[in-house]
Amino acid sequence: MTAAALAAVAQTLLVAAGAPLLVGLLRTLKARLAGRRGPNPWQPYFDLAKLLRKETVVSETTSWVFGVTPYVLAATMLVAAAVVPVIVTRPALAFAGNVVLLMYLFMLGTFFLALAGLDSGSAFGGMGSSRGIAVAALAEPTIMLAVFALAIRTGTINLGGVAERIGSDPVLAAHPGHLLAFLAFFIVMVAENGRLPVDNPATHLELTMIHEAMVLEYSGHYLALVEWAGAMKLFLFLTLLANLFFPWWIPSDVAALPMLLGALALAGKLVLLAAALAVIETVVAKLRLFRVPELLAGSFALAVLSVASVVLLK
Amino acid sequence: MSTLAGSVGAVIGLGAAGLGLAGLLGHQWTVRNAWLVPLTGLELRMDPIAGFFLLLVGAAAFPASLYALDHHRGERRGDGAYLVFLLAMGVVPLAANAPTFLLAWELMALASYALVLHDHRQPEVVRAAWIYAVMTHAGLASLLAGMLFMSASTGSLRFADWHAAGPGLDGTTRSLAWLLLTIGFASKAGVVPLHVWLPIAHPAAPSHVSALMSGVMIKLGIYGLLRVGLEWLGPGPAWWGVALLLAGTVSALKGVLYALVERDLKRLLAFSSIENVGIVLIGVGAGMVFHASGLEFLAVFAVAAGLYHTANHAAFKALLFLGAGAVTHALGTRDMEAMGGLIKRMPWTAAAFLVGAVAIAALPPLNGFVSEWLTLLALLQAAQIPRLELSLVFALAIAGLALTSGLAVACFVRAFGITFLALPRSAAAAGAHEAGRATRAALALLALACVALGLGPTVVLPVLGGAAASLVGLPAPVLVEWPLTLTVAGDFASLSVPVIALGLGLGLLLPLLALRLVGAPRGRRFAATWGCGRLLQTARMEYNATSFAGPYKRIFDFVYRPRKRLEIEFHPESRFFVRRMSYENLPRGLAEEWLYVPVVRALQHASARMRRLQSGSSNLYLIYVLAALLILLVLA
Repeated sequence: MTAAALAAVAQTLLVAAGAPLLVGLLRTLKARLAGRRGPNPWQPYFDLAKLLRKETVVSETTSWVFGVTPYVLAATMLVAAAVVPVIVTRPALAFAGNVVLLMYLFMLGTFFLALAGLDSGSAFGGMGSSRGIAVAALAEPTIMLAVFALAIRTGTINLGGVAERIGSDPVLAAHPGHLLAFLAFFIVMVAENGRLPVDNPATHLELTMIHEAMVLEYSGHYLALVEWAGAMKLFLFLTLLANLFFPWWIPSDVAALPMLLGALALAGKLVLLAAALAVIETVVAKLRLFRVPELLAGSFALAVLSVASVVLLK
Repeated sequence: MSTLAGSVGAVIGLGAAGLGLAGLLGHQWTVRNAWLVPLTGLELRMDPIAGFFLLLVGAAAFPASLYALDHHRGERRGDGAYLVFLLAMGVVPLAANAPTFLLAWELMALASYALVLHDHRQPEVVRAAWIYAVMTHAGLASLLAGMLFMSASTGSLRFADWHAAGPGLDGTTRSLAWLLLTIGFASKAGVVPLHVWLPIAHPAAPSHVSALMSGVMIKLGIYGLLRVGLEWLGPGPAWWGVALLLAGTVSALKGVLYALVERDLKRLLAFSSIENVGIVLIGVGAGMVFHASGLEFLAVFAVAAGLYHTANHAAFKALLFLGAGAVTHALGTRDMEAMGGLIKRMPWTAAAFLVGAVAIAALPPLNGFVSEWLTLLALLQAAQIPRLELSLVFALAIAGLALTSGLAVACFVRAFGITFLALPRSAAAAGAHEAGRATRAALALLALACVALGLGPTVVLPVLGGAAASLVGLPAPVLVEWPLTLTVAGDFASLSVPVIALGLGLGLLLPLLALRLVGAPRGRRFAATWGCGRLLQTARMEYNATSFAGPYKRIFDFVYRPRKRLEIEFHPESRFFVRRMSYENLPRGLAEEWLYVPVVRALQHASARMRRLQSGSSNLYLIYVLAALLILLVLA
C-alpha cells in the first residue's frame, strides 16, 4: 500500500517536474530543424523561475475567477497526472478515473481558462475564449469515437486495462483500426495543446492567437502556473499517445527497478513523439481559423473509419 | 406572489419530496376513490418510478416557492394557478388509470398556461401562451388517441391492466399505440421536432415557473415515455429504442446549437433544456435497445443513467433559471448584451450560477458529469449487441453526445462569462442589486444538491438502478463494490468522484503551498487591462454574446441557415464614407419552416374551404340540421 502510494507520488512528481523539459526539448528540436541553434532544453525552468520572482499585475476589471483559474488548471493536470499510466500501468489512483474522466478533466481546465479570458474585459481574451472552446468542442467527438474503438477491442475504458491488454497482445496493436485511432488522437493532441497547424504557441500576433489570447492578461506567478499546467497537458497527451497505443515496457507492478525501466522507455517514446511533432510543426504552416474545423472533421473521419474497421474486422 | 401561497407551495414541495423519497426507496401504496373522477374513479399508486418523479416535483417546488416569496410580493394574481400547477404535477406520476392521469395532465397544462400568461399585457407573452396552448393540446390529442386505442385493445382504463395485457397484443397494434403515446409524451418533453413551443413559452413565464416547467414539467414527458416504452407495452422491438436514441441525439445537438447563439438568457436556458432532454432520451433509448437485445444489465444501467440525468437536470436547470430570474429582476431585461460585471454586484447569485454552469457543462466533480459519464458508458458498451448496424447507430450517438458536451461547455462559458464577468454593458447592470435572502437560500440549496448528486453516485445510483429495474421488471444490478467507487461490468470502467474531488482540492492547495515555500512574491498590483496603447477601456470593447457566438455561427452555418441582411447607407458625396450600417444574422428554425409552416398553411387552407359552409344565414343552418337528421335516420 505504501509502495503504491509512493509510486503514485513519484509519478505525479515526474510529470510535474518533467513537463517543462519536454517543452524545452520540443523548442530546441524545432530550432535545429529550422537551422537555428535554439535555446537550451532546460530554458523553460529558467523562465518559470523568473516568472515566480516577478511581480503579478492583475487587471482591475477581473474578479476572483481570474485568480482561481491558474490553480484550477494546475489542479486538473495534477489529478490527471495521478490517473494516467505513466511509469506503471495502474497507478494508485487509477481506480478513480478512466479515459472519459480524463478528457472531461481537461475540459474543466479549458472552461476556467476561457472564463478568465472573458474576465479581463479585453477583446483579445474574449476572442481567445470563444475560439479555444470551439476547437476543444470540435475535438470531443473524435476523442469519444477513438475511445469507442479502443473499448470494442479491449473491453475496457480504464486506462490501465487498455494498456495491459494491448501490451500483452501484439495482434491488437497491429490492427488497422488501432493505427487510425492513433492518427485521429494525434490530431486531437495537436488541437488540444494549441500546436501548429491549429494554433501557434510561439506567436503573439492578435489575429492568430487562440491559447495565448486567453492567457494574455496573466503575469508573474499566475503566468508561471498557467505555463506549467500547459506543459503538463502536453506531457500527458503525449504520454497517452505513447502508452495507450504503444503500451510496451510499462511495468504493471510497483517495484523500483521495473519502474525505472518504464520511465526510460517512456522517455524514449516521448522523444520520438516530440521529434514527430517538431517535424510537423516545422513543415506545416498555421491553418486559417475557419479551416481548423476541416482538419478536425478529418480527424473525426479517421475515428469513424477506425470504429468501422474494428466492427467489420472483428 | 402572496406570502401565504409561497409558503403553501414550499410546504407542498417538502411533502411531495418526502413522500416521493419514501416511494423511491420502496414504500408502495394505493389510493382509490370511486366518485372523484368520472368513468373509473380516482386511483393513485406509488411505486419507485412514481416516487422518483414525485421527489423531483417536490425538490424543485420547494426552492421555486422560496424564490417566489421574494418576488411579485403582495400580488395575488397567479397564486391559485401556481398551487394547482404544483398539485397536478404531483398527481401525474401517481395516476394509475387513464382518466385520473389525463385529468391531472390537463390541469397541469392549463395551470401552466395561466402562469405563462402572467405578464399578459405584453403581446409576445400572449403569443407565447397561445403557441404553448396549441402545442400542448396537439400533444394531448395524440395522447388521448393513444390511450383510447389502448383501452379499446385491452378493454380497460387501468394502467396495471395495460401492463398485463400489453405484451400479448399483436405487433402492429403495439407499435401504433406506442407511436401515438410517444408522440404525445415527446411533445411535452420538448423532443425535436415537437420542441418549438418550449423556447417560446418557458422564458415568458415568471422565473420560478420557468424553473418548474424546465426542471420538472417536461420531465413528466420523459416519465410517460418510460412507462409506455418499458412498462405498459413491455419490451418493444429494437426500432423503438433506436428511434428514441436518434431523436435524443438530434434534440441534444439542436438544443445546444441554438442555446449557443441565443442572446436572451432565459431562452438560452430553455434551448439547453431541449439539449438535456435529448441526453436523457439517449440513455432511455439505449436502454430500450439493450432490453430488446436481451442485455438486461445494460438495459437497467442505461435507463438508470437516464434517470440520473433527469434528476441532475432538475437540480441545475432550476438553479440556473432562478439565478437568471434574479439577474433579470435586478436588470429589467433578459438580453445578455445588457449584462456583464454582475459577479461584483451579485456575488452570491454569481457563485451559485457558476456551480450550475459547471454542473450543466458536465464537468467533474459535479453532477452533470456523473450522469453524462454513465450515459456515455452505456453507449460505449454497445459492442455487446451482436448486430452490426446497431453498433453504428450507437457510434453516431456517441459522437453526437460528445459534440453536445463540448458545445455545452462553450454555451455555459458564454452564459456565465458574458452575464457575470468583465465590465457592465449597461447602466442597469452597473447598478444591479443582489437577490433577496429567500432567493439566495433557494440558490444555495440547489447548488448544494448539484454538489451532493455529483459526489454521491455510489449512494444514488443503486437506488435509481432499483427504480429502473422495477420498471423494466428485472432484478436490480450490483453497481457499487467499494463504498466510494462505481465499478461498471468488472474492469470495463471505474470512477470515484469523491477521490477526484479530493484530488482536485489537494491540487489547488499544493501549488499554493509550493509557491509559499519557494518564496514567490504574494502581492498583486492592479492595473488597467492591456489594450494596445489605447487610453481607456469601455464595455463596448469587450467581446459580447454575439461576438462570442460568431465562430460557432460560421462553423455550423449549415444548421442555422441564417437570414443575413446587410444594409449600408453611404454618404452622398463619396462611397468611401458610410453613414449608417446595419447587419442582421438571425438563425432560422428549420423545424418551424419545414414542418410547422406547411402544416399551419394546410390547416388554414382547409379552414378557408370549410368556411363556405358557414354563410351566417340561419335558413342554411336549418337545412344542415335537416340533412344531418335525414342522413342519421337513413343510416339507422
